[in-house]
Amino acid sequence: MPELVIKGGRVIDQDGDRVADVAIDGERIAEVGTDLDTAGARVIDAGGCIVSPGLVDLHTHLREPGKEDAETIESGSRAAVLGGYTAIVAMPNTTPAIDDAAVVQFVLDAGRKAVCDVHTSAAITVGRQGEALAPMAELAALGVRIFTDDGSGVQDDRLMRRAMEYAGGLGVTLAQHCEIESLMAGGHMHEGEWSSRLGIPGIPAAAEELMVQRDLALAELTGAQVHFQHMSTAGSVELIRAAKAKGLRATAEATTHHFTLTHAEVASYDPVFKVNPPLRTDADVAAVRAGLADGTIDAIATDHAPHTQQDKEAPFDQAPPGMLGLETALALALTELDLPIERLLALLSWQPAAIAGLTATHGGPIAEGRPANLCVFDPTARWVVDPATSASRSRNTPYAGRSLTGRVRHTVVFGEPVVIDGEVQR
Amino acid sequence: MRHLLSIADLGADGIEEILRLTDSFVEVSARNIPKVPVLRGKTVVSLFYEDSTRTRLSFEAAAKRLSADTMTFSVGTSSVKKGESVRDTLQTIEAMGVDAIVVRHGSAGVPVQVARWGTSAVINAGDGWHEHPTQALLDCYTIRQRLGSLAGRSIAIVGDIKHSRVARSDVLAFTALGAEVTLVAPPTLLPPSLDGWPVKVSHDLDAVLPTTDVAYLLRMQQERMTEALVPSLREYSTCYGMTSARADRLADTSLIMHPGPMNRGVEIAAEVADRPNATVVDQVRNGVPVRMAVLFLLLGSGSTLYDPVPDPATPDDETEHDEHGSAGA
Repeated sequence: MPELVIKGGRVIDQDGDRVADVAIDGERIAEVGTDLDTAGARVIDAGGCIVSPGLVDLHTHLREPGKEDAETIESGSRAAVLGGYTAIVAMPNTTPAIDDAAVVQFVLDAGRKAVCDVHTSAAITVGRQGEALAPMAELAALGVRIFTDDGSGVQDDRLMRRAMEYAGGLGVTLAQHCEIESLMAGGHMHEGEWSSRLGIPGIPAAAEELMVQRDLALAELTGAQVHFQHMSTAGSVELIRAAKAKGLRATAEATTHHFTLTHAEVASYDPVFKVNPPLRTDADVAAVRAGLADGTIDAIATDHAPHTQQDKEAPFDQAPPGMLGLETALALALTELDLPIERLLALLSWQPAAIAGLTATHGGPIAEGRPANLCVFDPTARWVVDPATSASRSRNTPYAGRSLTGRVRHTVVFGEPVVIDGEVQR
Repeated sequence: MRHLLSIADLGADGIEEILRLTDSFVEVSARNIPKVPVLRGKTVVSLFYEDSTRTRLSFEAAAKRLSADTMTFSVGTSSVKKGESVRDTLQTIEAMGVDAIVVRHGSAGVPVQVARWGTSAVINAGDGWHEHPTQALLDCYTIRQRLGSLAGRSIAIVGDIKHSRVARSDVLAFTALGAEVTLVAPPTLLPPSLDGWPVKVSHDLDAVLPTTDVAYLLRMQQERMTEALVPSLREYSTCYGMTSARADRLADTSLIMHPGPMNRGVEIAAEVADRPNATVVDQVRNGVPVRMAVLFLLLGSGSTLYDPVPDPATPDDETEHDEHGSAGA
């Protein structure tokens, strides 16, 4: 007898698209079929909704340890489930950095009490200082599958080469935040028409593209599995496209803001639009969208980066970069991308699950015996983004007041309906 | 107009209006008692996060000649040193009751943020590399005073345009009034993109000089060398400095302008700065009536400019004692 039945939804996963009920028993899916027996079960109505594998975010800043006034693992996980995410991968640029076993264990322990499944990346280098390798084997043994110095890129060519070689022996993925620091130094927005007009020091597209180029060359040299984080320029997308055509084992992600916003937003001087890599041009936005459409880019990531109001109310060049993303990603993809819904879900769920090494538990398929990590959303519901209602401890969404189409109604994490009708249940 | 944040807020009509008002205040400044009571009871605060004695003094002189009360919030002696945010400082100042805030900050956009957060009229007195609107207005006034009009004039802005708030405001103001602007600089000292700028660009000062009505020289800063933007000050002076020989090739009627402070011997030869067609002192002099016009436009309540100043012996005059305290104590 199932404990929970999600009734009457349109079930979409990598295996197809059908109207079906999903019966859940304990942590797993018991049955998928039409007119399932609901006797004794809790029934969640999915009429008019799409039932998909839970979304997976490759790029979440949870700020714990060190900046708990901006976000905690708990509060970030609440924002995640409201956005339809059942698994998130924490970034390591905390204080202290997630670069040793104690901090990894701390994050995983705190994650066990969170509302969604919390995984963590770990730093490639000690303290994210770019000087010495972090104990990658020890951290891989704790379950870390993605290593990155995110927040900054590994600048030293030789060290990056060694990291790739070493990672190859562990079967883990190296993810790079691509920005050449000497080229971006002092920059606070995309270098171009708007930075010139506004008098804000710029970060050229080449600062990103040069590191993409270097890492593709090193990946070719070492055979490593490399993941490119938040690709933001037309040049980067083209480099990844060419590398994939050559057969390189590279994957790439793009954030929601890099396919929805441009550097023109900075004209307000509101630091809510400050992010790294920066918001780029219309042509870059179009190139990122094309990369998402043709498979060059494998995943939509949020780069959810909470910051307190006082930190974001600084002068533009003194404010920290980053914007919220977990609660708006699915709706932005549905509203802004002209792609079939299965493609969107591939980008938001099963492809990132594969990159994060989570296919055993997340990203579908929705089938008997699989862990019940599911997202139920109404693809036609219209809503207006209100920062005040965010589950995040921070309010720095760049989409305040924006009207979006598509809203998460229910989220199920390992069989537990943690979100019902848009409300977190615990 | 509620604020003056950018020359773009004014447009050609707004600039013209301020220049017309400036004529009246030039007349006021020439009186025995160069003071009118039009802003009596209004309080103008200078909120300066960057040292700038000349701009601050010019605004304070302007406010005082309009009979406004002035206060100075100097960052060096204030709670900002203790880590107070701009927004908290603003709240503190506004709680004391002020009408206008004159903001100078090293970061572009701070006056825009202050205008968004507060309730006072905000005047941008220079923000990072962004704008310095009152400098552009006094430059326009000075050119008009000397040459009659800007329409059709060829103006060369020479030097470090990339890092110059003066250049950004001047380009907007000069072109709004019909001048043709040429930016003259090595590519490293130009903004990375000039899309949408109604200007021509040259890397050859000597080619531009013969047809130039106004050569506007910008200050060249020592730190540009450490950023590898130019090889040396010597090479910069050789290529872009207003040497005596170059000044000789300008038409007699052409102006040599500089926003100050000058590096004599770098962007301008020591002797050239003192020539009759150099307007540096005029620019400073015109700064006060131009800023009076801006303050009057933002805060004036319609009282006529020709009201007599009250007799200094009357009790009314008590409000004219200026307070130079720290507003953030």
